[in-house]
Amino acid sequence: MAPDSTAPAPATDGVDLHALCADAGVFELLDGLDRELIGLAPVKARIRDIAALLAVDRARTTLGLETRPPSLHMCFTGNPGTGKTTVALKMAAILHKLGYVRKGHLVAVTRDDLVGQYIGHTAPKTREVLKKAMGGVLFIDEAYYLYRPENERDYGQEAIEILLQVMENQRDDLVVILAGYKDRMDTFFGSNPGMSSRIAHHIDFPDYTADELAAIANLMVADMHYRLAPDAQEVLRDYIVKRMARPNFANARSIRNALDRARLRQANRLFAGTGATVTRNALETITAADLLASRVFTESDADGDDRPRA
Amino acid sequence: MRITQGTFSFLPDLTDAEIAAQIQYAIDQGWACSVEYTDDPHPRNTYWEMYGLPMFGLKDAAGVMLELNACRKAFPSHYIKINAFDSTRGIESIRLSFLVNRPAEEPGFGLVRQEAAGRNVRYTTTGYAAQRPAGKRY
Repeated sequence: MAPDSTAPAPATDGVDLHALCADAGVFELLDGLDRELIGLAPVKARIRDIAALLAVDRARTTLGLETRPPSLHMCFTGNPGTGKTTVALKMAAILHKLGYVRKGHLVAVTRDDLVGQYIGHTAPKTREVLKKAMGGVLFIDEAYYLYRPENERDYGQEAIEILLQVMENQRDDLVVILAGYKDRMDTFFGSNPGMSSRIAHHIDFPDYTADELAAIANLMVADMHYRLAPDAQEVLRDYIVKRMARPNFANARSIRNALDRARLRQANRLFAGTGATVTRNALETITAADLLASRVFTESDADGDDRPRA
Repeated sequence: MRITQGTFSFLPDLTDAEIAAQIQYAIDQGWACSVEYTDDPHPRNTYWEMYGLPMFGLKDAAGVMLELNACRKAFPSHYIKINAFDSTRGIESIRLSFLVNRPAEEPGFGLVRQEAAGRNVRYTTTGYAAQRPAGKRY
């Protein structure tokens, strides 16, 4: 946290932590998190911890106590579709509200954006990205691709070194969040112990349960300004259970794809239907039939890819 | 002789915090900052060396300060300036430019008078430091 020049003069008696948080809008932020993110209990718990730490730090600064900014570099591990990117986006906003980062923007990159094509290309490229992320959050998706042990002349190592240096020296200028699948990130950290030790928060994203996925689906439907017909709710639940058993299940991402395909079928149904006029109600309702047409219900043997049904 | 070029040059040298605040102002205006250095600060020398490319798309001054500090490390006794370029159509020009680093000792400029045809006199200024070969000037 940058020392706040407008902070009141050091008091001697004490500060009201809750008033401090309420002033910064921290409580609304955490409540919003609870509302918009289904499940993810360990993630929310960690965000609460961080919020508390930053509030305490702020209180300490108010009382004139020496406070070193905490290291907030994070690593998100979890299966596909568990909300790593979504949380990273929110994290940027949260850290901004809490006054830890100055701008609160998120720069999302992958290996391609950091690692160059030839000798001498990597360093400027990585620095460019780091400069753009200053004052905000740098989100490196599938970070384990940065390190390729099979090729010892791979330029990824150079990017990692520059990253480490900035992560260490400019902790108050940017927050780095790495994301990836659990097992591969573990291998990555195994071969880059320096990286692992500079990341204070290793957060594991659990898979969603069927109930959580149903709640997520309802949120998504509302977000797309559709609604489910009453009998579609049960079908949806049924669909989720069946879909979870299939290979290549990608949690919320699979649900989003399923809803997109349901929209296609709904559009097709309306288009093929008799009569030239459609009611507002028909336009915004996804019926049980739209969901039931999914291959998940019709095929018993699962070959498991996510392609839409022809 | 203390060289006065660009904005703020009649003020005492800016501190790093002040430089960062100016850069932040430029970024907030949507201007792209760049770092340039030279060992030939003649007023007519508009072609300073670029240290890296102009930095478009930055949100925070820390990125420019990172580059500035790298430049200071590489050229501790050169003149270094920050330029802020406004890419708005119709302007497309430098909006703000100020010195952020200068050598400890600045020998200044000498005035040379050349007697030309008739009783004409032509004047020219040359930096004392610029008379030495590049790299040995400051």
